[in-house]
Amino acid sequence: MSIRERMSGNEATAVAMKQINPDVVAAFPITPSTEVPQYFSTYVADGVVDSEFVAVESEHSALSACVGAQAAGGRAMTATSANGLALMWEILYIAAASRLPIVMACINRALSGPINIHNDHSDSMGARDSGWIQLYSENNQEAYDNMLMAHRIGEHPDVLLPVMVCQDGFITSHAIENIELIEDDKVKAFVGEYKPEMYLLNKDNPIAVGPLDHFTHCFEHKRQQAQGMVNAKKVIMEVAEEFYKISGRKYEFFEEYNADGAEAAIILLNSTAGTAKYVSDKYKAQGKKIAVLKLRVFRPFPADELAEALKKYKAIAIMDKSEGFNAAGGPLFTEVTSAMYAKGVLSPKVINYIYGLGGRDVKTTDIEIVFNKLFEIINTDKVDSVYNYLGVRE
Amino acid sequence: MSKKLKDVSTDVTWKETTKGGTIPYAGNAHLYNTGDWRSMKPIWIVEKCTQCLLCYPVCPDTAILINEEGKRVDFDYDHCKGCGVCVKVCPFDAIDFVEEGK
Repeated sequence: MSIRERMSGNEATAVAMKQINPDVVAAFPITPSTEVPQYFSTYVADGVVDSEFVAVESEHSALSACVGAQAAGGRAMTATSANGLALMWEILYIAAASRLPIVMACINRALSGPINIHNDHSDSMGARDSGWIQLYSENNQEAYDNMLMAHRIGEHPDVLLPVMVCQDGFITSHAIENIELIEDDKVKAFVGEYKPEMYLLNKDNPIAVGPLDHFTHCFEHKRQQAQGMVNAKKVIMEVAEEFYKISGRKYEFFEEYNADGAEAAIILLNSTAGTAKYVSDKYKAQGKKIAVLKLRVFRPFPADELAEALKKYKAIAIMDKSEGFNAAGGPLFTEVTSAMYAKGVLSPKVINYIYGLGGRDVKTTDIEIVFNKLFEIINTDKVDSVYNYLGVRE
Repeated sequence: MSKKLKDVSTDVTWKETTKGGTIPYAGNAHLYNTGDWRSMKPIWIVEKCTQCLLCYPVCPDTAILINEEGKRVDFDYDHCKGCGVCVKVCPFDAIDFVEEGK
């Protein structure tokens, strides 16, 4: 029997980490992720985990310590937000390129400046090309579930990439909601042991990690790394299937909600999906059908699957909780539309909304503006503006 | 003594190479000839050498080798990048340091 509990997204993340019982957790506190290592350090102090907790002096050091621990042959985890993630930047790429399946909780927060501690996705979106697998979570339950699946995905021999489990800072990280936890022994059996093929502490087979890689070999290693991300797609689905068997909760690359018979769709990440589903239900009751497509896996980007799912719609709003500053649209917009174009899915009309920056609240009335716009596009067969803002004072 | 390492040779493909550039064997520095970098060259003056072996541990590569009798032999110039540390450390001026090619 699973355990019914109530806790915040941060605590749910820490509980998942407790059940995973990694060898090393190295972290530096930063709002709103601070509670994750804080909860975890109490588990260490109470002796309920075997982990070595490394209280480092910066996020650059936190991830560097994780790289060292993981290369040595251990499981290493960390948590951060916003500028903490930015300070890890250099090591993000090194962790991925060294094929070290470190797992990180990224509690999404706006990247300064202007200085802001509230939620948007500018931190993890900036790290989207660093080679990390990125899973996004609508609520505390998904943050917990994604965390439990992360090691299985990253450590798979065909993948060997670090994994970032994202959730919305404050909105889900600090909101206490009901949750269903899985028993410790079941989690332990599911996550399994980390058995790297090569590791630094293996005295029988000494190795060198992270050597200078010239023009003679670097390209081959990047090509190989890219294949890890390609392979991750299959592994993510296999792990989700196994997770379904122990939890009864089904996960895919994305969730399509109220899609049946809908001509319009909204695509988004993390907690706003909950608000959008609520409005979608309300519209459905009025006979107006609109689908909510919540992307769970952003890296690897499920381009083919998304394009296939989107071809049935007439109008699609792609929602970005971060600016791309490319003067053309946010990162999710450009990736979704390029996936559609490459697959020859050209009939849906697409619009982009930049929303919720710096923690600007996203209300049901905001979502209604988007839904109404989509119906207007379908009725008029015209898009007057592709690149838009939602909730900014004009 | 020099073994051919498929994994780090220049014809290895991306499917064959080791993950993340990890070098999966120890003791392979001899496979890389740092001698190509040299602009200054140390010359061992056998008559002045007392076999004190102070030069041996300071060589950052493997250019100074010790034979079975425990004595240093002439430089392995394939692995001498001409850093000159051995020249500095020698108390008996038994290592000369000259411009390469002269």
